[in-house]
Amino acid sequence: MDKKTMVEVKDLGIRFNLAKERVDSLKEYFLKFTKGALHFEEFWALRNVSLEIEKGDFYGLVGINGSGKSTLLKTVAGVFKPTEGSVKVNGTIAPLIELGAGFDMDLTARENIFLNGAVLGFSKEHMMEKFDDIVDFSELHEFLDVPLKNYSSGMVARIAFAIATATKPDILIADEILAVGDYAFQEKCEKRMQELLDAGTTVIFVSHSIEQVKRMCNKATWLEKGKVIMTGDAETVCDAYSSKY
Amino acid sequence: MIKKMTRRFAMFYKYRFLLQNLIQRDIKVKYRRSTLGILWSVLNPLMMMIVLTLVFSYFFRFDIENYPVYILSGQLIFNYFTESTSMAMESVIGYAPLIKKVYVPKYIFPLEKSCFSFINMCFSLIALLIVMVLTGAKFYATFILALYPMVTLFVFSLGVGLFLSSSAIFFRDIIHLWSVFTTALMYASAVFYPVSILDNTPMQFIINLNPIYWYIDAFRQVVLRGEFFSFNHIFICALCAAIAMIVGCITFKKGQDSFILYI
Repeated sequence: MDKKTMVEVKDLGIRFNLAKERVDSLKEYFLKFTKGALHFEEFWALRNVSLEIEKGDFYGLVGINGSGKSTLLKTVAGVFKPTEGSVKVNGTIAPLIELGAGFDMDLTARENIFLNGAVLGFSKEHMMEKFDDIVDFSELHEFLDVPLKNYSSGMVARIAFAIATATKPDILIADEILAVGDYAFQEKCEKRMQELLDAGTTVIFVSHSIEQVKRMCNKATWLEKGKVIMTGDAETVCDAYSSKY
Repeated sequence: MIKKMTRRFAMFYKYRFLLQNLIQRDIKVKYRRSTLGILWSVLNPLMMMIVLTLVFSYFFRFDIENYPVYILSGQLIFNYFTESTSMAMESVIGYAPLIKKVYVPKYIFPLEKSCFSFINMCFSLIALLIVMVLTGAKFYATFILALYPMVTLFVFSLGVGLFLSSSAIFFRDIIHLWSVFTTALMYASAVFYPVSILDNTPMQFIINLNPIYWYIDAFRQVVLRGEFFSFNHIFICALCAAIAMIVGCITFKKGQDSFILYI
């Protein structure tokens, strides 16, 4: 298999304006502006982050809360634009960042499957084709026409995972999704991800469970306070990370 | 340049299914759990119109032939404008949870609200037709031309909606100001009075500067008066639409990358 670079992150920096008090009204803006008090506290969620993810990698990101893992994932997914540096992505992305983005709780599961598929940029024909697979995987046959608000969060997560992995994406971005659902479903998700991996999908994976990262990933990066502490094969990085905490 | 344009179009084509889905969702959710369902889309404006017709047949009578239809046609256009712009204005803020998680072209949201309102306007148009039949109004062949002010108004409202939705993210006050502004605008749009009562007053000047007045008047020209558009109708409707669209697109495009930091 040729080692094609799927994601290339170069000197990435993401800056947020952490206004101590948010100025989002005109009056405040003018008052502050005339007083010269309009300054934002800059906060770099990521700074000088570079990494390269190759085709077929199962890439883990580890780090404590607030270290910038999710921000990095969201930047790769195109939600954030880099403030500096660049992110290059080759291929289609299936983002599994906080499952169930774009679900409407008033609609039924059936309607939500199509809506969510559309949010991810799939066509109608494509969703029709995959519909049965999704229903099978999420095991929700008899509840298809129930509004989503009557579902448990685990059930919602099932549908979301099934939709996002119904197609074979080039890159799968998974942000702590395996924390939801019961044990059987977690295992099922893991298996599906392994299948995708075998079929050539690249997976980027965030988890607080070091064992999971160690077991599933081949490479990993350890982030702290928006900076890369260490990059290398998963074993080494995980060992170094767990020896510190 | 051309490459960029084709890429944009490809992107839009890819997300057309999302647009369609969101519109369907809005229509479904609006009348969900009501027995008559989608029928309400026509029934609701029809009932409102009947109330207004009864009220205005006895109150404030101006010397206008078929006064109820005069008002309703003005309202139809005006309500579309307020509804679509206010909904578009809050659309990006409303979809914040989604925008924070998945990449979606952001103009989809104001566009979707404009389309949804447009569909509502078409339902209201059916209601207007029913009222016209009930009140014995004359139908003219020029009716079909009503599509012109409707479509140009759609572009105009979309442009305004794009502008408002990106401004409202940075300054939330705009949402409150806009509702005040549209109320003022209604009185300057000749919705329920004949323009002739303003002759030789300063208001006459103001009303001529109001694009909505021109859309309403173009609509009435073909629906009520059964005459072809004047040059002013054709020109002003198109010009306002073009200006609004250009300004809207530029401001939206400039702001869209930092939306995420403010929603």
